[in-house]
Amino acid sequence: MVAIETDGLTKDYLVGFWRPKPYRALDHLTLAVEPGEVFGFLGPNGAGKSTAIKLLMQLIFPTSGSARILGRPLGDLAVRRRIGFLPENPAFYDYLSAEELLTYFASLFDIPAAERKARVARVLDEVGIGAERRMRLRSYSKGMVQRVGIAQAILNDPEVVFFDEPMSGLDPLGRREVRHLMLRLRDRGCTVFFSSHILADAEAMCSQVAIIAQGKLAAGGRLSDILGVDVLGWELIVDRVSPAALAQVRPQARAVTELHDGRYALDLPPAAPEAALQQLAAAGARVVSLNPLRATLEDFFVKHVAQTAGRETSAL
Amino acid sequence: MSPSAIGKVAVAVFKESVRDRVPYSLVIFAVVLMAASFLLSRLTAGQDLKVIKDLGLATMNAIGLLIAIFIGTGLVAKEVERRSIYSLLSKPLSRSSFIAGKYAGLVLTLAVNLALMTVAFYGMMEYLSLTTDDWIKQGWRAPALDPRLLIPIALIGVQLMMTTAVAVFFSTFSSPLLSVLFTLGVWVAGHFSGDLRNFQAAVDSPAAAAIARGLYYVLPNLDAIDVKNEIVHGLAVPWAAVGVGVASLFAYIGALVLGATLIFNRRDFK
Repeated sequence: MVAIETDGLTKDYLVGFWRPKPYRALDHLTLAVEPGEVFGFLGPNGAGKSTAIKLLMQLIFPTSGSARILGRPLGDLAVRRRIGFLPENPAFYDYLSAEELLTYFASLFDIPAAERKARVARVLDEVGIGAERRMRLRSYSKGMVQRVGIAQAILNDPEVVFFDEPMSGLDPLGRREVRHLMLRLRDRGCTVFFSSHILADAEAMCSQVAIIAQGKLAAGGRLSDILGVDVLGWELIVDRVSPAALAQVRPQARAVTELHDGRYALDLPPAAPEAALQQLAAAGARVVSLNPLRATLEDFFVKHVAQTAGRETSAL
Repeated sequence: MSPSAIGKVAVAVFKESVRDRVPYSLVIFAVVLMAASFLLSRLTAGQDLKVIKDLGLATMNAIGLLIAIFIGTGLVAKEVERRSIYSLLSKPLSRSSFIAGKYAGLVLTLAVNLALMTVAFYGMMEYLSLTTDDWIKQGWRAPALDPRLLIPIALIGVQLMMTTAVAVFFSTFSSPLLSVLFTLGVWVAGHFSGDLRNFQAAVDSPAAAAIARGLYYVLPNLDAIDVKNEIVHGLAVPWAAVGVGVASLFAYIGALVLGATLIFNRRDFK
């Protein structure tokens, strides 16, 4: 059984006051997410990511198409006991503390009263909300509200969790913690479906991605297939290199960029870079680093988003 | 709809009201009542009890109305505006339970508010009774601590339940400002229901009279259960009319809450 499946999911909004016209926010989205995956739902701003997630959460209703979560139709309340959801830029009741909010939500999941306190404490610990859990939410920073949002999404130990832009508002430390949390959820067998336009996060965590642009599914697949293993070139960084030595290796490089303090970056073709390395070493240069260049998710993303938008890559 | 989920949402609404601004209304009520009683007891010898009863019931009604309209119209709108509804509706909570819970929560708030105001009201009358000379008390038609006062108070409660249902109904599809205006309009019209029924006596136009009669049947009849004057002045209460009025208002409340859930069940939260 797939964890999440959508079949031709489409959403039109009526735009305009006089003679409103339909605007297609999501166009026949068909997806299947296997259980236990971290699935990255990627796309530029306004691509339709949040629309798709809101459809899955039944916050909006589809114009056509259907979807199932854990094999059940979207309207099934029993499924909601088994899923979690973090909306984009979450907002809660500012007259409650984080502890009170989560206790309220725990009661909606029918978590027994005796268990609620420990459960709430555990998830707040997990997202790094400390003593401030007893303070009213109105005093929280944006990052703290985001953490509370993540806490309420995992409160019921969900089998499938939807995170809409989970890194929004978090500092680098917070982002790393959330990345680790998502991987821990995956290790527990939870399916993590998250939307983002931050490709580094997706590349670090996802086993599968889908790219959406202008409401349409532009591309998708397993990250291992997308990124490939072929080396597309080498990035060599050297310093203490003389002008003569640089002139000697320059014809072998696709590009040479001066960095700082006499340091240079050389973009070498995929063929073995040993010759250039030997020439530079013989001339007294010091190798700082040598890294293989492979296709990145960013390359894949830019290519497919541009294709869908009917634009050249350079225009992005 | 799940009674358990409705109860949980209702308790949350009550908690929000308590932490928000509702307690202030009690303070206002107490201050107004105390100030009025001191002032009037010195100005209207013999009539002070009746005036205070009138004033107390009117104040309860007015404060309850303000709470019902201004909190009622914001109950759903605020959830949508601050987007807290996104997280809430992703939980195992149906939209119908959400609406019914919101309504029940505000009714609970109003009931507690009304109960506290009633205690303050009786406390004030007891104070008046203790500080009034016996020869003045002999002129009172009803005792200060008249248990019959609980009847108009309970009926104010029914009126407020009705007003809350109207406010929640409009708030499921309209902006807070329009919801306030619509609810206020229904409340005013509901108190002039009797006039709508007898409109043909005041105008020559049969069409206008027919429209007025149509409105009489469509709008809730709040006037039918307003027995404040009868109780305060010791007059007979038209129980049959009050009974029919209460029954029709409960039917109206049911229809409004049902209508609100039907509208809300189909609403998109962009």
